[in-house]
Amino acid sequence: MEKQLILAVGREFGSGGHEIAEKLAAIYGLPLYDRNLLDTVAKECNLQPEMLKRFDEKPRNLLLSRKERGLSNSPEYNVAHLQFNYMKEKAASGESFVIVGRCAETILKEYEGLISIFVHGDIDKRIERISRTMKVSAKKAEQLVAETDRKRRHYHDSYCELKWGDARNYNIAIDSSVLGIDGTVELLKQYIDRIMQNR
Amino acid sequence: MIAEVMSVAIFLIMFVLIILEKWERHQITLVSGLATIVLVFGLGMHSLDAVIETLNIHGIFKLSFWYQAGEAAENSTGINWATIIFVAGMMVMVEGMAHVGFFRWLCMKIAKLVRYQVIPIYITFMILSGVLAMFIDSITVILFLAAVTIELAQLLKFNPIPMILSEIFCANLGGSATMCGDPPNIIIGTSLGYSFADFIQNTGLIAGVSLVVMVFYFYFVFRKELKKDAEAEKAMNVYPEPDKIITDKRGFVISTIIFLCAVVMLITHAQTGLTVAFIGVFIAAATLIAAGKNAITLVKKVDYKTLSFFIGLFIVVGGLEQTGVLEIMAGFIEKISKGDTIIMTVIIITVSAVASAFVDNIPFAATMIPVIKSLASMNGIDASVLAWALAMGTDIGGSATPIGASANVVGIAVASKEGYIISWGKYCKVMVPASVLVILISIIMIYLRYF
Repeated sequence: MEKQLILAVGREFGSGGHEIAEKLAAIYGLPLYDRNLLDTVAKECNLQPEMLKRFDEKPRNLLLSRKERGLSNSPEYNVAHLQFNYMKEKAASGESFVIVGRCAETILKEYEGLISIFVHGDIDKRIERISRTMKVSAKKAEQLVAETDRKRRHYHDSYCELKWGDARNYNIAIDSSVLGIDGTVELLKQYIDRIMQNR
Repeated sequence: MIAEVMSVAIFLIMFVLIILEKWERHQITLVSGLATIVLVFGLGMHSLDAVIETLNIHGIFKLSFWYQAGEAAENSTGINWATIIFVAGMMVMVEGMAHVGFFRWLCMKIAKLVRYQVIPIYITFMILSGVLAMFIDSITVILFLAAVTIELAQLLKFNPIPMILSEIFCANLGGSATMCGDPPNIIIGTSLGYSFADFIQNTGLIAGVSLVVMVFYFYFVFRKELKKDAEAEKAMNVYPEPDKIITDKRGFVISTIIFLCAVVMLITHAQTGLTVAFIGVFIAAATLIAAGKNAITLVKKVDYKTLSFFIGLFIVVGGLEQTGVLEIMAGFIEKISKGDTIIMTVIIITVSAVASAFVDNIPFAATMIPVIKSLASMNGIDASVLAWALAMGTDIGGSATPIGASANVVGIAVASKEGYIISWGKYCKVMVPASVLVILISIIMIYLRYF
C-alpha cells in the first residue's frame, strides 16, 4: 500500500500559496481541497453549497455567538467544524490529498502522512501580484492584502493554539518572493520527496 | 461608596467576560464571586455578616428549606441553594431518562402516531416541545427534538430548519409556563415564595394562549415550505421502530414512573409542603437507586459547570444587593414610572425581554428579583404581578435572537452540525415577530387580569 501524503498549505494573501498548492497537487497527482471542499460536503449531505460558502474561512463573531455545552450557534464556527470533520474523515480513510488553509496543519496534526507548509512573501511583491491578478489599483490591493490576512489570522487563531504563520506550527515556512512560484514549488518538491523517502 | 462601585464593576466585568467567552462562564462567575467576597464584603464593607448571609449555607440546615407548612420565600439574599439542588436533581433524572432512550422513543412514537407525515409531525413536535419544556430543561428538550427532527428530515426528505425554529420557540414558551420550566422561573419562585400552581395559573395561562397563537403563526410563516415538503413526501418502506430505541425496558418503566412522580410532586408541592429542594433530592436519589451500577455514570454526566455558574452568579448579585445598588436601580424605575404599577409592569416586561434577547437571562433574572422586591415594598403593591412580568419578559425575550437562550444555541448548533446553517438573519426574521407577539399577548393578559 502506498504511503499516505497530506500536504497542508497555509498562505499569506498574495503569496501565491494557492498556486503552489495546485502545482504540488498536479505533481503528485493528488486531489486539491480548498473552497471546493464545501461543494463536496454539500453534495454528500444534499445541502446548498452557497449557504456554507458564505461563512467559509471567516472568524466567529464574538458578540453574535454563544457557546452552550460545547455547542455554538455561530455559522462560521459550524461551517469550520463541518470541514474539520470532513478533513479528518478523509485523512482517517487513508486518502492522500492537498488542502489549502482551513487550519489543516493543526486539525490533521495527528496523521503521520501530514506535511505542513506555510507560504509567505514580501509585502510589496504580494501587493503587486494581487494588483496584477485581480486587476485592481495598488492601493486597493494593499487594502485587500491587509484585510484578508487579518481575517485569515483571526479565523486560524480562534481554532488553533499556535498562531497563524508561526513557524513552529509548520514543517516548513517559505518566502515565495525569493525563488518565485516555480522555484518554491521545486524546492518544496525536493523537501517532500526527502521526507517521503525517510518514511 | 467604594463597595458599591466595586460591586457594580465586578458585575459589569463579569457580564463582558461572559459575552467574550475567553474563559468558560462558570470560571468567570466563580472568580467574580470570589472577588465580590474579598473586595466588596471584605475590603469595602468589612462585613463578615454579609459573607455569611450571601453564602447562605446555614439555610440548608433549617427544616423550612426542605418542608414548609405555608408558602414562604426560600431566602431573601445570596446563594439560592434551593434552585441549585433542584436543578441538580432534575439533571440526574433527565440523564436517567435519556440513558434508557425515553426522549428519542417519545419523539419517534409521536412521529409514528401521525404516520410520518410532515405537517402533522411539525404541529405535534411544536406542542411536544412546549409540554416537555414545562417539566424538563429546554436544552435537553431541544437536544433530543432537534436531533430526531434532522433524522426524520433526512428520511422523509424535508427541510428541518422551520421545524427546529418552531420547536425552539415553543420550548422557551413552555418553559415560561411553570416554576421548573426555565431557570429564571425557579429562581423567581424560590426567592419570592411562589408555588408550581401559582406559575401555572399565571404565566401558564399566558403561555397556553400564546402556544395556540404560535402554532398558527409558525404554520402560517412556513406554510409554503411545509406544503412543498409534504407534497414531495415519498413512500417509505422502512420506518424507524420506536420500541427498538429503548435500551433498557425495566429502566424505561422506572424512569417514566420517577418522571411522573416528579410532575405530581411539583404540581402538589404547595399542598404537601415539600419544597423544590426536597423534590430535587428525592428524584435524584430515586433515579440513582434505580440506576444501580450505572449511578456513577449518571452522576458524572451532571452539568457541574452550570451549577457552579449559578453559585458564582448568586454571590455577585448578592454583592449588588448587600451594597444597596439594586435598591438604587429600583428607585430609578419607580421614578420613571412615577409609582404607576402599570407602567412599572410594562417597563419590567419590555426591559427584561430586550435584555434577555442579547444577554443570558439567568443573571438578568437573578439581578431583577431584589429590584422587584424593593419596588413592591416601596409602593405597597403585590410583587406577584411584577414577578409574572419578569418571568415572561426573560423567558420569551430569550427566543428573539440566536444567543438569547441556551435552547436556541443548542438547536441551531445541532442543525448546523449536519450542514443546515441557521444565520442570524434567517433566525431573527421569524423569531423576532414571534417574540414581540407573545410579549404583547403577555402585556394585554396581565393588564386585563390584574389592573
